[in-house]
Amino acid sequence: MIRLERVTKIYPGSAFPAVDSVSLEVAEGQICMLIGSSGCGKTTIMRMINRLTSITSGTIHIGDQNVMDMDPIQLRRQIGYVIQQIGLFPHMTVYDNIATVPKLLWWDKKRIAERVDELLDLVNLDPDTYRFRYPRELSGGQAQRVGVARAMAADPPVMLMDEPFGAIDPINREVLQEEFLRIQARLRKTIVFVTHDIDEAIKMGDKIALLDAGRLIQFGSPEELLTKPKNQFVKDFVGADRTLKRLNLLRVKHAMLRNPVHCLEEDPSEKVAEKMIEQDMSYLLVTDRQGRLKGYVNLYDLRGHKGTVGDVVRPLSLTVKPDTNLKDALSKMLSYDLGIVVAVDDAGRLQGFLNTRTLFSVVGESYDERGGHWGRITADGRIL
Amino acid sequence: MSTPFSVLQQSLPYLLQGVWVTLVVVLGSLSLGLLVGLPLAVGQVYGPRPLKRIIGLYVWFFRGIPLLVLLFLFYFGLFPFLHLDFSAFTVAIIVLGSISSAYQSQILRGAILSIPEGQMKAARAIGMSDAQAIVHIILPQALRLAIPGWSNEYSVLLKDSAVTYALGVAELMARAHHVASRTYQHLVLYLCAGFIFMILTFLGTRALNALHRKVKLKGYS
Repeated sequence: MIRLERVTKIYPGSAFPAVDSVSLEVAEGQICMLIGSSGCGKTTIMRMINRLTSITSGTIHIGDQNVMDMDPIQLRRQIGYVIQQIGLFPHMTVYDNIATVPKLLWWDKKRIAERVDELLDLVNLDPDTYRFRYPRELSGGQAQRVGVARAMAADPPVMLMDEPFGAIDPINREVLQEEFLRIQARLRKTIVFVTHDIDEAIKMGDKIALLDAGRLIQFGSPEELLTKPKNQFVKDFVGADRTLKRLNLLRVKHAMLRNPVHCLEEDPSEKVAEKMIEQDMSYLLVTDRQGRLKGYVNLYDLRGHKGTVGDVVRPLSLTVKPDTNLKDALSKMLSYDLGIVVAVDDAGRLQGFLNTRTLFSVVGESYDERGGHWGRITADGRIL
Repeated sequence: MSTPFSVLQQSLPYLLQGVWVTLVVVLGSLSLGLLVGLPLAVGQVYGPRPLKRIIGLYVWFFRGIPLLVLLFLFYFGLFPFLHLDFSAFTVAIIVLGSISSAYQSQILRGAILSIPEGQMKAARAIGMSDAQAIVHIILPQALRLAIPGWSNEYSVLLKDSAVTYALGVAELMARAHHVASRTYQHLVLYLCAGFIFMILTFLGTRALNALHRKVKLKGYS
């Protein structure tokens, strides 16, 4: 747990505080994103936590210890630090880079070697391939993985990350973010993470602290920042597309309509067509007896058809998983002219579906006040 | 009447003994220069302001006064004044070493300053003391960068060492002069001495280039 109480930093000779009475608390095992434009004080806050920068006033506690009561060098060895622009040591191998802190702590050789291999595995680098490479022989993404491994070497409970993925191209950044979240889900470190990328903040953060000119403007979950921006500054910062950004936070399973009406592939076409006309449907989903999605049929194909539905079923290739985020789901929906997207599990069994109305009601700004409003339209599973 | 060739043939072993003296003077002062220059460079980059100023004065002193003046100042002036009875050979190494330390400190200072700032920050952030960061992170990188500068420093020292003949150090130049004034074969002997200096320069530079290649970091072009 990291707790800041009215922390202020005034650089000598400066008329304005770089950090102005900031209080916030990061619960154990959570990621707190510090975000703001350049010069907002986010990096200064982080550097005060491990005392690379002195604190003008206020207190910072890690656990129940005031950082000012600790020896700064001992303090830093207990805090993993992933630096901007990677910061690996070019004259040392990957092994020596990761082993830096364990060596400072006088671990024995065997323990260090085991730990380095374990960490390389953790960050998805094959130890035998990469152990003795030099940083210049790595790609940006690989180097940053080593940077994360080095920060975790002595298994510190707390980690500080200073725009760790800032220098990585967008594709690799996304991969690294996903990997890091997977690692974090396992290790549950308490993390302060500086970024200037609002999408990264929303994706990675349990909490987001938005700063401007040294002051904490809003502190809350990504959800809160997007749905209840405190003022115009926050609105502007999260962007006019903040509603769309919420799509990143929500998963298909949060929004989909479950148990949709469907027919089986061996149902006679005539009966199904009858039922569809009765209920004013133009499309219907088709599954087999095990509930596996086979595709869909439309009314035109069924009219006058004498066989079973299975003969005229059209495949539905674009499906999503319940865990897919809504942004990807929407993207698939838009690229498909049915106006729906169907969710199946790993075995291909029909789980539910989304249409534009369910999406609207989930991400709409008034969602919170109306509370689960979209339940009204689950209705009878009609597709259009 | 001795021919130039016979003079050369007879005096070559005598001259070559001078090569050893020259080499000991050069390598001795180069080492002394590094030993003193390294802390000076570190002090000038990381030290408190008064220390930086003192080092600045030291560098100014040894770079600003001609070699011959310094040799005479120390050999005939300072050491006798302090009742220190040093041989000409010792004084030669001390003076050349001190001058070299001033130059080397500037070579190393430049090398240290060219290491990206992030290296020091990273080292401190993961819990190294300033001293550990300098020893383990900054200097190993800076020393590699300094090798081409040393190569130059070596050839300058090699040539400057000839001036120590003025104190009576029996190095290559002193011996060439000695034989020349005895045999009147000035042309041949000074040509020969010059040629030997050229070979020593060549060999030393080659050795340092080889060292440079050997310690070069992988992945650097």
